[in-house]
Amino acid sequence: MSEAAVHPDGHEHDHHDHEMTFVEKWIFPLDHKYIGKQYLFTGMVMALFGGFLAYAFRMQLAWPGTDIPLFGHMSPAEYNAAVTNHGTIMIFWVAMPVLIAAFGNFLIPLMVGADDMVFPRLNRLSYQVFLLSAIVIVASLFVPGGGFGGAWTAYPPLSAVAAYNLTPQGSTMWLLAVALEFIAFLIGGINFITTAMNSRAPGMTWEKVPMVVWMICIASILFMASVGPLMAGAVMLLFDQTIGTGFFDPARGGDPILWQHLFWFFGHPEVYVVLLPATGMVAEIVPTFARKKLFGYKTVLFTAIGTGVLSFFVWAHHQFIAGIDPRMANVFTITTVLISIPIAEMMFLYIATLYGGSIRFTTPMLWALGFIFAFLIGGVTGIPLGASGADIYFHDSYFVIAHFHFTFFPIAFIGTFAGLTYWYPKMFGRMMNETLGKIHFWGTMISFHCLFIPMFVLGLAGQHRRIYDFTNFPELGVPFLQDIRVFCTSALLVLLAFQFVFLYNFIVSMFRGEKASENPWNANTLEWATPSPPGHGNFKEFPNVYRGPYEYSVPDRESDFWPQHHPA
Amino acid sequence: MIEMLRPQVSSFAGEIDSLIVMVTLIVGFWYLLTKGMFLYLLMAFRAKPGQKAQYITGKEKHLKKWVTIPHLVIILCDVVLVAGAVRVWYNVKQFMPEAEQTIRIVGQQWAWTFVHPGPDGELDTDDDIAMIDELHVQAGVTYHFMLESKDVLHDFSVPVFRLKQDAIPGRRILGWFKPEVAGEFDIQCAEMCGIGHGIMGAKLYVETPEQHAMWVNDNSLTEVAAATQTEVQR
Repeated sequence: MSEAAVHPDGHEHDHHDHEMTFVEKWIFPLDHKYIGKQYLFTGMVMALFGGFLAYAFRMQLAWPGTDIPLFGHMSPAEYNAAVTNHGTIMIFWVAMPVLIAAFGNFLIPLMVGADDMVFPRLNRLSYQVFLLSAIVIVASLFVPGGGFGGAWTAYPPLSAVAAYNLTPQGSTMWLLAVALEFIAFLIGGINFITTAMNSRAPGMTWEKVPMVVWMICIASILFMASVGPLMAGAVMLLFDQTIGTGFFDPARGGDPILWQHLFWFFGHPEVYVVLLPATGMVAEIVPTFARKKLFGYKTVLFTAIGTGVLSFFVWAHHQFIAGIDPRMANVFTITTVLISIPIAEMMFLYIATLYGGSIRFTTPMLWALGFIFAFLIGGVTGIPLGASGADIYFHDSYFVIAHFHFTFFPIAFIGTFAGLTYWYPKMFGRMMNETLGKIHFWGTMISFHCLFIPMFVLGLAGQHRRIYDFTNFPELGVPFLQDIRVFCTSALLVLLAFQFVFLYNFIVSMFRGEKASENPWNANTLEWATPSPPGHGNFKEFPNVYRGPYEYSVPDRESDFWPQHHPA
Repeated sequence: MIEMLRPQVSSFAGEIDSLIVMVTLIVGFWYLLTKGMFLYLLMAFRAKPGQKAQYITGKEKHLKKWVTIPHLVIILCDVVLVAGAVRVWYNVKQFMPEAEQTIRIVGQQWAWTFVHPGPDGELDTDDDIAMIDELHVQAGVTYHFMLESKDVLHDFSVPVFRLKQDAIPGRRILGWFKPEVAGEFDIQCAEMCGIGHGIMGAKLYVETPEQHAMWVNDNSLTEVAAATQTEVQR
């Protein structure tokens, strides 16, 4: 913690109430709140970019071959690059920076009662490497030959050999950007875990740590444990691309399947890396607005750890039909179906928290409940995909697309909106507009369901992913299926339009919103003991912790909340 | 239900569809129950003036059953699901019934080559019939296929068969199917294979024994087929 109090110029400050200059805040920040906001804003810009790519390829699917407004005519190569980079950007440059880095940076020191991260300079480095990676991935779409179009899974030999993918520069830059992004998050993850372990306020034992801090730490551990094999794989693939090695080339003794194992050994835990922080935020928001203690704190924690551990043993369910030994599928079906147990239990515990509550439907609460509502669909539709026999039909179909958008959209967007609307007063010192917030919520939820539920039907009809024009296939070009595609695209347009309501609310409230009090939601955790927004050094007086984070509606007490730092 | 969207043409299509229906019924039941409970709790416990929330920690003995019972029920359902999934998987992908005919399928950017046994019924003989983007099979006959790729990963996918299998350069993957209904159907590539992935389709002709015999007869003698075949062998 002493490290955090040292300023760039090297001398010790009394850091409370110190006004930071613009450069200290936004160009070379060491303060965790500003690094968090940098991650947040970068993630939001990348989300707009990823959303634009989705808009472009959905327009192509609904009205193949026509000129797309703001884009123009879309070639098959551009279509492949758009779907590839939409997926890559939404996971690595939106979900990761916003859920782990932005919220992790902003919340962990505030919630454990620390003045900053343990390693502020590493923290700044992490963002700078991340920003570089974001610039590289965006630039990769504009180099000669166009962006990489070999799907976000980048299976070799297609991704390894320029003669096959025809994007010699795009595919190398894509891989480089992903590798840089991993480095950024490795650095960041070390910081989160160390801060949560070492900088907790006196009295904050492990069972008094807010759930979201736990979840971000578990997610960081999962990331650090799983990313190593993929980093090794990425270096091998880079060598295959650039200096002519043959790690994944069967003609020279290599094996394309090796990459799939390395990729999915990371790729499946990665789902839980972004899922856990989102469920952690839901675990903060639901008790606050139900005025109820979280049902079974320790059980929630064990389900998160159990999910995390199991997530390392399920990766080959992505490869059932990839040509691995068919007997392997039986093992991975069992582990995959097993993982439904802890994650379903976590959802049950959140739902059980509502029992006996006094539920207030504020915007953050609506988003948190919306997360549970939508994620349940994502969860149950994973079962037919994990069941090997059914996956023979569903693999790489639109059923898969619908399923993972019902997990990733709740994680990356619904969860983020819950967190942003909940912590906005603390981040920016002002309240967001509730009416606009609710319009945004209902508009987004309804159009999101209209967008992805029909895709389950398309998947059942045998429609494959990554095909730029379905009218080339007689069975898939029929009017009934084309009408569904047009409906999906229309829903996407509505969904995108509603995001501008959020952006307007987000930006205007920053300047014109009602001033927020220290603790506008009457919540218990330590971040609400700081001014809104907290100054450099966070706390006017460093807190002691006397109780767990969810002591709401304790019998025989006047008020229905009991902050962690209030003495008995 | 699925056959309304896509007909069942192979011997195992019905089996896969039944598995999907079983999984849907099991998880659908629990899904509806959970969601119903969720929405009921939201209605029943919305904030009312002057009413305080209850204090429940989740450690109470009599409440633990709300965690343990669903837990046990999920495990039970999981056992049923796994048993069903593994049975279908075994029948389709692990167990190979005796072949009556064997064909070779070769994927390359961005076309399929199908090598059919000629009149002698044996593959890799002089009268093989090689066709680009056309697969001709006879209804009621069990086929083994040898799946290969010349360049990148491809995936031989026949939605009406409910069959999907990746093709990998450097490997020969064995599989089987038994078509049962005559007609013309789509074959698609289901693994991203480059710029032309979106047009890498082929036609499947499932023929009656008479039609198929006629097709074999028509093609085994043409010079076109012989020329294509020498090229494939080279």
